[in-house]
Amino acid sequence: MNTETLLLSIAMAIAAGLVGAFAVMRRMSLAADPLSHVALPGIGIALALHIAPVFGAVAMLVLGALIVWGVEEKSRATTESVIGVVFSAALAIGSIMTTGENLIEALFGGAGTISWPEKVFGLATASAIVAFIVIHRNSLIVMMVSPDVARTAGINVRRLDLLYLEAFALTIALGLRYLGVLLMGALIIIPPTTAKRLAYDLASMLWISVVLSVISTTLGTGIAVRLHREAGPVIVLVATALFLLGLLPRRRWKHE
Amino acid sequence: MRFNADRMETATATKLMSAENALETSHLSVRFGDNRVFTDLSFSVAKGSSLGIIGPNGAGKTVLLRALIGSLPFKGTVRWSAGVRIGYVPQKLDLERDIPITGVDFLRARTAVAHKSITDISSVEALVGIPRQVAQQTIGTMSGGQFQRLLIAFALVGDPSVLLLDEPTAGVDEPGQERLNELVRRLQKDRGLTVLFISHDLSVVYRFADNVLCLSRTQTCFGRPRQILTPDLLREIYGGEVSYHVHEH
Repeated sequence: MNTETLLLSIAMAIAAGLVGAFAVMRRMSLAADPLSHVALPGIGIALALHIAPVFGAVAMLVLGALIVWGVEEKSRATTESVIGVVFSAALAIGSIMTTGENLIEALFGGAGTISWPEKVFGLATASAIVAFIVIHRNSLIVMMVSPDVARTAGINVRRLDLLYLEAFALTIALGLRYLGVLLMGALIIIPPTTAKRLAYDLASMLWISVVLSVISTTLGTGIAVRLHREAGPVIVLVATALFLLGLLPRRRWKHE
Repeated sequence: MRFNADRMETATATKLMSAENALETSHLSVRFGDNRVFTDLSFSVAKGSSLGIIGPNGAGKTVLLRALIGSLPFKGTVRWSAGVRIGYVPQKLDLERDIPITGVDFLRARTAVAHKSITDISSVEALVGIPRQVAQQTIGTMSGGQFQRLLIAFALVGDPSVLLLDEPTAGVDEPGQERLNELVRRLQKDRGLTVLFISHDLSVVYRFADNVLCLSRTQTCFGRPRQILTPDLLREIYGGEVSYHVHEH
């Protein structure tokens, strides 16, 4: 693995750690998985058109986030059933459109070389996502406490919600190369879930989440290369091992 | 703190509003599908006064507050006085209490959104009586009363001129309730706040409200506590015998 690819995967992991921290606090954990599935038909279309798969995935994910945003105003139950139905169907359609080795790579991530447009897109998007979360973290917290309170504070709740969902969707797109459609949701959710257990305030939550996400990605990729395995599953196993380690201490890391 | 709900009007948009009023509504109606929550609600709240909102469960008290801040679609008009700043204390939060967020994190976030300086946090904490070591705890470890105080502090960060409280003492033990009521009363007096509060405790409404708005499935009424809180009217609103203690001071 060369330096550029490593840098790109670290940038992706940082974005995943930050976006995931808010997803876990907002109880969106279960949405991560089905939303990532919607990328598959996008990959299929892109392959058919002979363009880089990631751009097909991005288009479908952005659309998927719009759908979630559109139905979110209804009840929570409605949102969950719409996500369940639409995105499972997307996975089925995508599986028919994408075949053979391409399908395996799309589902679990693959090693292939990364083109220049993809590299530029990856770094630019990861930077934009990190900047978005860092700049809007306070508004996101207020919105999480209560959308009603956020409204009285002059926050445009619907717009901020859409921006967050799109950041979430783009984070999935960034990770598809390494983890694939089936496993990217896990990287967004597992490190922040571990962080939630260990953290004692917002700052520590975000830092621990990012550090665990980066360790999972780099260590997982390193081990995968040595074992001649695909990176995605190993990354998720490392993240899971860290989660299990996090279950051990009974006390939070608070200085007292 | 700005107020930018789509369907709201402020006094600049209409010349009809009385200068003494913080809020005027006329023919306010909210419906969910075929279900009418309330219809044709017209009332006004004078600046610096307090309005108690009472009624049985499901009568639309919370819906009314949410309509007033523009969180729900409604028919009719809601007019807030020009430059009004609203502090809203919701009753229940759709939030897991086990998240690693401290009281200080919450207040800091609210402060940043309101473009206030961080020093405002300590003054607000002192105002509502949250010790710093409590504010530094994660919200899951706070008692019901401490968390309610935190929510009130949260609302006060934006330096509101109107405070909307949705059952601020729900889930708080009795001495805690008394302290919270006194806190709101003190804030109202010291800062000249206009207060709209929902309460199930009719004796609290009797003591603290200048006017009472009652909501029920069948009727609405508005007036002084002495006019509204009569056994006959309460029986009609709540559909049964209601007793309460009046503490005359």
